[in-house]
Amino acid sequence: MTQIAMKDTAVLGTFAVHGRRQRLQDQLFRAATLFFALLVLALLGGVILALIVGAWPALGTFGFGFLYTQVWNPVTEKFGGLAPIYGTIVTSALAMLFGVPVSFGIAMFITELCPRWLKRPLGIAIELLAGIPSIIYGIWGLFVLAPFLQHTVQPFLIGTLGNLPLLGKLFAGPPYGIGIFTAAIILGIMVLPFITSITRDVFETVPPMLKESAYGLGATTWEVVWKVVLPYCRVGVIGAVMLGLGRALGETMAVTFVIGNAHRITSSILAPGTTISAVIANEFTEAVGDLYTSSLIALGLILFVITFIILALAKLMLMRMQRQAGR
Amino acid sequence: MKQFLAAVALATLAWSSAQAGDISGAGATFPYPIYAKWADAYKQKTGIGLNYQSIGSGGGIKQIKAKTVTFGASDMPLKPEDLEKSGLLQFPMIMGGVVPVVNLEGIKPGELTLDGATLAAIFMGEITSWDDAKIKALNPNVNLPSKAVAVVHRSDGSGTSFLFTDYLSKTSPEWKDKVGANSSVEWPVGLGAKGNEGVAGQTTQTDGAIGYVEYAYAKQNKMTYTKMVNTDGKVVEPKTAAFQAAAAGVDWAKSPGYYVILTNQPGAESWPITGASFILIYKQPDDPEAVKTALEFFDWAYQDGDKMAEDLDYVPIPDKLVGLVKTTWKSSVVDGSGKAIY
Repeated sequence: MTQIAMKDTAVLGTFAVHGRRQRLQDQLFRAATLFFALLVLALLGGVILALIVGAWPALGTFGFGFLYTQVWNPVTEKFGGLAPIYGTIVTSALAMLFGVPVSFGIAMFITELCPRWLKRPLGIAIELLAGIPSIIYGIWGLFVLAPFLQHTVQPFLIGTLGNLPLLGKLFAGPPYGIGIFTAAIILGIMVLPFITSITRDVFETVPPMLKESAYGLGATTWEVVWKVVLPYCRVGVIGAVMLGLGRALGETMAVTFVIGNAHRITSSILAPGTTISAVIANEFTEAVGDLYTSSLIALGLILFVITFIILALAKLMLMRMQRQAGR
Repeated sequence: MKQFLAAVALATLAWSSAQAGDISGAGATFPYPIYAKWADAYKQKTGIGLNYQSIGSGGGIKQIKAKTVTFGASDMPLKPEDLEKSGLLQFPMIMGGVVPVVNLEGIKPGELTLDGATLAAIFMGEITSWDDAKIKALNPNVNLPSKAVAVVHRSDGSGTSFLFTDYLSKTSPEWKDKVGANSSVEWPVGLGAKGNEGVAGQTTQTDGAIGYVEYAYAKQNKMTYTKMVNTDGKVVEPKTAAFQAAAAGVDWAKSPGYYVILTNQPGAESWPITGASFILIYKQPDDPEAVKTALEFFDWAYQDGDKMAEDLDYVPIPDKLVGLVKTTWKSSVVDGSGKAIY
C-alpha cells in the first residue's frame, strides 16, 4: 500500500516538474505571439500616423475641398484629388465587373464540369497567371492590348454603343487605345487568378452529399451552383472578391502604363484618366514643393480610407447575410 | 528599350560594386547613362567607383539637402537665392536637347517644321487637326493629312518636361499664363506616358500623335523628329552643333549659380529646346575629402569624357565654360579651415 503511494507521489512529482516547464514554455510562447500580433497593430498605427502627419499640410491648406476639386496644378500649387479618386473607384468597379463573372465561371467549370485530365493544367495556369509581375502586365497592356483595342474593339464600341442616347456618352471620343477602359480590362485580368483560385477552393469544400441530393431532386448544374454551392460558400466567395478588389484598388505599375495619366474626369470610359496609386508613382520622385509632396501623401491616405471603407462594407454585408441565413 | 535595359544592367552592377571610398551621388535620370559610362571608365583608370542613384531631380535635391550623398544632380537649376540659403554650389555637367516627335504616315524625320507658338497651340488643344492653317503656313511643301492630333506628354515629373514647358512659356504668353513651366504641369489635353520610352511607345503607336523626347532617345530609336524655327527665325535641325550653339551665346560669367535655362537662346544655329544638367555640392562640405574625390572625377569627365558623351548623343559642355566652372571650384569650395579643396 505504502509502496504504491510512494510510487504515485514520484509520478506526480515528475508530472509537476514537467508541468512547470510546460507552463513556462506556454507563457513564453504566448508572449512571443502577443508581441508579433501587437507589432502588426503598431505597424498599422505607425503607417496611419505617418500618412496623417505627411498629409496634414495639404489637408490644412485645401480642407475638404481636396476631396471634391479636380484641379491638379503643380505650377501654382493648387491640388485637388477628385480625378484620381474617381479613376481609382471606376477602374476597380469595372475590373470587378469584368473579372468576377469570369472568375466564377472558371471556378464553377473546374469544380463541377471539368474533365479530370484538364483540372490540373487549368489550375496551374491560373496560379501562374497570379505569378506574373505587374510590370509585365503593364508592358503587355501598352504594346499588345492597347493597339488591339484601339484598332478593333474601341472603334466598334464607339460606332455601336456610342450612338445610343445617354449610354452613348460612356463610349464617346476618339479611340486612343489607352484609358480607363483599358486599365479596367488589365485589372480584370490581374484579379482573375486571385478570385478564381480562392472561389475554386471554397467550392470544393461543399459536401458532395448536398450537391448530390440537389442533383437527385432533378436540379440542373446551374441550379445546384446558384442555390446550393454559392449560398454554402458565401463567406469565402465574398472574401475572394474583396481580395481581388483590394488588389485592383492598389495596383500601380500596370495601371500607370495603360490609363493615360490625365488629371481629368471625362464621362467616356474610353478617355484617359488616372488613379491614386498611378499619380503617386508618377509624380513622387520629382515633387519638389512641400505642398506637392503633402498632396500626394494625402492621396495615399485617401486610398487607405477607401480600402478601409470597402473592407468594413464587406464585413457588414457578411453579417447581414449571416443573420438572414440564420432566420 | 535597349537603353533602358542597359541602364538597369549598369544600375545592378553599380549597386553590387558600391564600396566605401566611392563617390556617392543621387538625382536626375536624364544624365544617368553618361554618368554610368564615365564612372565605369574612371573606375578602370583609378579604382574609384561612383554610386549614383538615378531617382529624379527632385529626389537628388532632397538627398543633397539631407546630406546623405556627396553630390546631387538636377536637370532644373536651383535659383541663386536657393543656393545661397542652403550653402550649395551648382555647375553644369552635361547638355542635351528635347525634340518634338510625330507619327504621321508619309512624313519622314526632319520633314516637318514647327515653331514655338504652333507647338504651344497644339499642346493647348487649340490645333486639333494636322491640316490646320498654322501648321500649313510653316510647311507649304508638305502634304498634311486631315487627321486628328493626339498629344502625348510625360506623366512623371521630369527635366524633359521642364525644358519643354519652359520653352512653350517663353514663346507663348497664353501657355505661360494658363499652364506655366515645371517638371510636371496641368496639361490641358493629351495622354500621359511614363518616361521617354513611354512617350516614344505611345507616339509610335498612335496615328497622328505628337510628343517630345530627349534628343538621344529620338535619334537612337529613329523617331520622326521635327525641325524648329528658333528665336532668330531660322529653321534648325536637332543635332549636337545646334545644342552647343545654344550654350555658346550665353554669358555664363554673369549668371550667378550658373542659373541659365538654355531654351529659346539667340543665335542662327541654336536649337531652341536645349538644356543642361547640373551638379550640386556643398561649398563648405562636412567631408571635404569626399568632395575632393568627386571634383577630381568631374574634372576628369570634363577633360576625357567628351567622346563618350557624344557616343551616347549627349552634348559636352564647351571648354570655355569648363574653365569658368573650375575657377568657381577653386574660389568657392573650401574645407573647415577655409582652405580651397580643389
